[in-house]
Amino acid sequence: MSEAHSEASVGNAATFDTHPGADAGVTPESPLQWSRVQGHVTEEGGAAEQIRVVERPFLGHLVLRGGAITLDEAVRAELGVSLPGKPLGLVLDAEGSRSVQWVSPDEWLVIVPAGEEFELENRLRARLGDAHFAIVNVGGGQTLLELSGEKARELLMKSVTYDVHEHGLPVGKAVGTVFAKTSVVLRRPSEERFELVIRRSFADYCVRWLRDAGREYGLRVASASP
Amino acid sequence: MFHIFCPYCQEYREEEEFHPSGQAHLVRPADPASVSDEEWGDYLFFRDNPRGIHHEMWVHRLGCRKFFNITRDTATYEILETYRMGEQPSITAANAEVRREQGVQTADGGWQTVGAQPENSRLNEETPS
Repeated sequence: MSEAHSEASVGNAATFDTHPGADAGVTPESPLQWSRVQGHVTEEGGAAEQIRVVERPFLGHLVLRGGAITLDEAVRAELGVSLPGKPLGLVLDAEGSRSVQWVSPDEWLVIVPAGEEFELENRLRARLGDAHFAIVNVGGGQTLLELSGEKARELLMKSVTYDVHEHGLPVGKAVGTVFAKTSVVLRRPSEERFELVIRRSFADYCVRWLRDAGREYGLRVASASP
Repeated sequence: MFHIFCPYCQEYREEEEFHPSGQAHLVRPADPASVSDEEWGDYLFFRDNPRGIHHEMWVHRLGCRKFFNITRDTATYEILETYRMGEQPSITAANAEVRREQGVQTADGGWQTVGAQPENSRLNEETPS
């Protein structure tokens, strides 16, 4: 990729835009491409399901590592939300489309709408300057599934070891845990919605697990347009 | 199944999320070039295997991915405390009585694992040979 607009250098780090744009002649494929070919993903969900699973592909996933105070200042300035300081915290911006999640004491996961992460990474790097930090674009390695519907919690109870009841996973909490023998980041951004951040290489497995576990609730997996 | 308190996530989690990583508090010799082969071999290969209180390193591999320490009784599987890297244990083999006074992590009856309690206690008794 030698497009001039897709590469940049801020400080001593080279950054790279993983969304080359339509003119680059590259068709992006979501991690669920194979599931789609196999017929596990439909373009539209039915109306009467008790659970709805929607993939949100191509979002910008950035991992920030470093000291909480330094990163907090930069994130507050660039995203307008403060870094969750308490373990397992998840904060969303006013629109609800950008989120910052506590992953470990020196690590946070930022998820922004598709195409914003390159610019955000560059802005954060410029603002952080010589501070001790790392920013990694992990968007290629994971994808996000949205679970909603009245039976969503029951589906999760079958699949994760974590307590997904209201007192275990209230709104604004995000945990890394075991999902059907693989790893997942389980997030609760709002009352009626759960989010699963899954590994790209396990995406097809996870979707087939969800379809199997959700068969009794008439579950269908749909894909949101990027 | 252990129910382990992660000192970084500040929560109890299932054992499935963790992985044991061997004995804790090993200190690498400050100057490896000047120690004897025996000392270096001890550091590299030899580990304690006590019956009773043992300090172990575990990693919360599916959660925060941080390493931390567990003080565990190898005879009963009881987890006595968990603490962060760099901290020292408050319960050691030398002051095992402390655990009675502290609100430490223990399941009913002290049995931390499913199936740890022998169905027939005589099975665990030593038989005279």
